[in-house]
Amino acid sequence: MANQVIPENELLDFTYDLPKTDWMHTPVEFKPGMYCHGAKEKTVEAVGMPNGHAWSPADEDWHLPEGWKETVLNGMQSLMGKYRSFKLFMDVCVRCGACADKCHFYMASGDPKNMPVVRAELLRSVYRRYFTLSGKMFGELVGARDLTEDVIKEWYYYFFQCTECRRCSVFCPYGIDQAEITMMGRELLNLLGLNTEWIAGPVANCYNKGNHVGLEPQTIMSNVEFMMEDLEEITGKTYRPSFNRKGAEILFVVPSGDLYAEPGTHTFMGYIMLLEELGLDYTLSTYASEGGNFGFFTANDMAKRLNAKMYAEAKRLGVKWMLGGECGHMWRLVNQYMDTWNGPADFLEVPVSPVTGTRFENASATKMVHITEFTADLLYHDKIKVDPSRNDHLVVTYHDSCNTARAMGLLEEPRYIINKVCNNFHEMAEETIREKTLCCGSGAGLNAGENMELRMRGGFPRAQAVRQVRDAYGVNTLANICAIDRAAFPALMDYWVPGTRVTGVHELVGNALVLEGEGERTLDLRLQELPRKPKPASADAASGEGADHVQG
Amino acid sequence: MYKGKRIVAFAVVFCAVVLMPFWANAFGASASSGPEVSTDTPAINQMDEKQCVAETEYMKGSHMQLLDQWRTDVVRNGSREYTSDSGQVYEKSLDGTCLGCHSNKEEFCDACHDYAGVDLYCWDCHDGSAS
Amino acid sequence: MKIAIPLALTALLAALAWAGTEYLGLQVLFGIVVPYVAVACFVIGFVFRLVNWGRSAVPFRIPTTCGQQKSLPWIKQNKIENPSSFAGVVGRMLLEVLVFRSLFRNTKTEKRGDKLGVGSAKWLWLGALVFHWSFLLIIVRHLRFFLDPVPAFLAGIDGADAFLQVGLPLLYITDLTIVAALTFLFIRRVVVPRVRYLSLPNDFFPLFLIIGVVLAGVAMRYVFRIDLVGVKEMTMGLVTLHPAIVDGVGAIFYVHLFLASALIAYFPFSKLMHAGGIVLSPTRNAANDSRMVRHVNPWNPDVKVHTYAEYEDEYKDKMAKAGLPLDAE
Repeated sequence: MANQVIPENELLDFTYDLPKTDWMHTPVEFKPGMYCHGAKEKTVEAVGMPNGHAWSPADEDWHLPEGWKETVLNGMQSLMGKYRSFKLFMDVCVRCGACADKCHFYMASGDPKNMPVVRAELLRSVYRRYFTLSGKMFGELVGARDLTEDVIKEWYYYFFQCTECRRCSVFCPYGIDQAEITMMGRELLNLLGLNTEWIAGPVANCYNKGNHVGLEPQTIMSNVEFMMEDLEEITGKTYRPSFNRKGAEILFVVPSGDLYAEPGTHTFMGYIMLLEELGLDYTLSTYASEGGNFGFFTANDMAKRLNAKMYAEAKRLGVKWMLGGECGHMWRLVNQYMDTWNGPADFLEVPVSPVTGTRFENASATKMVHITEFTADLLYHDKIKVDPSRNDHLVVTYHDSCNTARAMGLLEEPRYIINKVCNNFHEMAEETIREKTLCCGSGAGLNAGENMELRMRGGFPRAQAVRQVRDAYGVNTLANICAIDRAAFPALMDYWVPGTRVTGVHELVGNALVLEGEGERTLDLRLQELPRKPKPASADAASGEGADHVQG
Repeated sequence: MYKGKRIVAFAVVFCAVVLMPFWANAFGASASSGPEVSTDTPAINQMDEKQCVAETEYMKGSHMQLLDQWRTDVVRNGSREYTSDSGQVYEKSLDGTCLGCHSNKEEFCDACHDYAGVDLYCWDCHDGSAS
Repeated sequence: MKIAIPLALTALLAALAWAGTEYLGLQVLFGIVVPYVAVACFVIGFVFRLVNWGRSAVPFRIPTTCGQQKSLPWIKQNKIENPSSFAGVVGRMLLEVLVFRSLFRNTKTEKRGDKLGVGSAKWLWLGALVFHWSFLLIIVRHLRFFLDPVPAFLAGIDGADAFLQVGLPLLYITDLTIVAALTFLFIRRVVVPRVRYLSLPNDFFPLFLIIGVVLAGVAMRYVFRIDLVGVKEMTMGLVTLHPAIVDGVGAIFYVHLFLASALIAYFPFSKLMHAGGIVLSPTRNAANDSRMVRHVNPWNPDVKVHTYAEYEDEYKDKMAKAGLPLDAE
């Protein structure tokens, strides 16, 4: 799929010129490469979500279930009672336009309906028509319109062209969050059985098998075994991380992408090296083998159902607290939703690092610590030895994932770690990092294959920022703390900034970590030759970029 | 209501602020029934025909323009004589002419200015007594 | 059309008040009835909207974090942009409400060839700030028509606003700034293609109403120089609940009053409610403390989950083969 994407120069052949017809009178056009396949009936039904049926976004007739209009309007009514955010965000927008050019999809497509304000108006116009006095009386004059099948199609097209990254919300004077509106829109679409297969499939997998990618327990174990063999080759040490072990102190939950494919697996190897080197009493779980939550991209209840496994497993195994791996939306949920959904976690204890004694007060309710918080604490207290020169072949920049930046504020911890374990670190442009970070373009369940053009467009502003630091500082490595990033960036970088290595922060930690009684390390976690220690006349200067990007 | 206390508090503060003129007048210092402008001064009482330098209507709305003009004429141009529509000649003088008749500044000038909250700078220099 | 209709509507409202009082003798309607109805609409409508929002739950804490979280003691938290305490939230809200913090971040994206450029764009922030603060000061200044005696601090504000001592009556600085800001905001909405595209008729209508109120006010003060004392006798009559019509107050006053009445009556039914809404905005008014303090969702649903027992039952053979411990034995 990736190689069917149109050439780079054509992708950028657009302008911000606006169409002659206003948005309300411009029908949605389904452009190939910009949307995902519809969810199949059996996938939707596998988890008991309503109204699964045979349909395709490309079809004229979507076979909407009988009474669909009432279903949607009743759904809106119900959501308005449940979410103040929804009602408020429908009411208070003044259309100042501050959000308009902050969305990566708008920035790189010029499609005016991707301006967050207009994307919200797609829903707002229907809200006004059926739920406000002025809308009922004056219709289009106050921006109200009827709910029609075309409106549903438009919702589907554009609410799956939003990665719920919340960047618009940072710039909005009232904090209106398109992510919240997209979530409401998707929730309504789900009532009609409309979802993408790329989201519904992982949801079904996660519900039944414990993780999005559908790894059954024996597959997880054999994947881990492969990784540990690699680690043995790299370090000479034998690691046997435990799974489903009762009585461990810590339950460690990672996004399943880290158990599944490169470069996530390298990140996983980094975690294990660190935790084993510290001699922690931790375990993982095959049942709760997913930190991420595609349920969040369908409906609130579904998200809660998937998330429930984490606390349930912690309780069953009798651990004291939980540690979470590098994952973006997982951490939005741990930080803002998990305890509310499935807490209170009164069967756990406030997390205390067994190595430094640090009490993680900021996690005193959820009892779950982010691994970069944990590792930053170790490094601050000098509890692990690192040799940053092992990462000297990497010139690193760091991408804040949307969720950890704008729904948590985890900004300094990963940077602290990177600066300790790497010698060459360069920030991207100020307006593209931290709370203003630009999305990878594939979040919120959009990292499918069939919408590759959408992904390459949405990721362009981020890629351009990477390209700038590549040109300015020779950056060849894009570090991140998000499994979707690790899954999505390789394709994005191949397309826009070829030769850029995509890595989790703990892969860098694993490279630099000096193990007890270890000899000189010659391979990095990708089994590639490490640059030799600088010997004066060494001809090894050709290290670095180039051949780095081989994957498996 | 969720977080009802805070919302009610907000609503109460809102009403209190917006409706402030109503309750401030109901409970605060009692409002006057409008300014009582007095022309009861010895000089005016002595006049046969009670006549100002211009028509009352004009004076009501535009006395400040007239005074401003007078000031410019006197200070900049040294022109001190003003001939009214009725042909009478006056000296362009706040203290001499205006306050000469309206010697009750408080009941005349201030009555309206205070009532309407008009901020003026005449009295920055003039002390308000007739000369 | 989306400009013409609201403009025509505003002009019609102004003409109604003019004709109604100048030719039809409807002073009581425009000077007494309408203002009372408008105030009632405004207050009741505003409170109703607040309560209506309040009746919706706040199931989750979803602040948009714009700075470093509170985590390890040696990492400096951004206590305003990512507050973890009530005081921090108050600080954040004050910055939003008083100086439009978020709007200050505004940037402008441009496409130059195959590159995107991002530049500074503070004009919207400046225009909005100048408009809102001017408006506030003008409203405060108007209190001199509603209080008798006029408190000293109002005279102070009035004097400060007129301190240029230009013209007679003295020119208010806020009159200049609000006209300038409104002109900017209007032109921006019309001239910037993106903003024009996303604007609705109901974005132009309140803008025209406010412009109408301001222009009528300015005309009243600087051009017509209406009978100030007469105006105050009427306004005092309104707020002391002894309304009366004073003859000889010009029609322009009724235009001003009617447009202002229309504005506040329209307020609760429109986007102008952002004034109340911002305080309730869940992405701004909540502390980022949901990992420290449990937040309760009042409608937290019971959901069916796939339990470990079911999972083990489905995969027990495979789990046993892979050497995983089982509960069932």
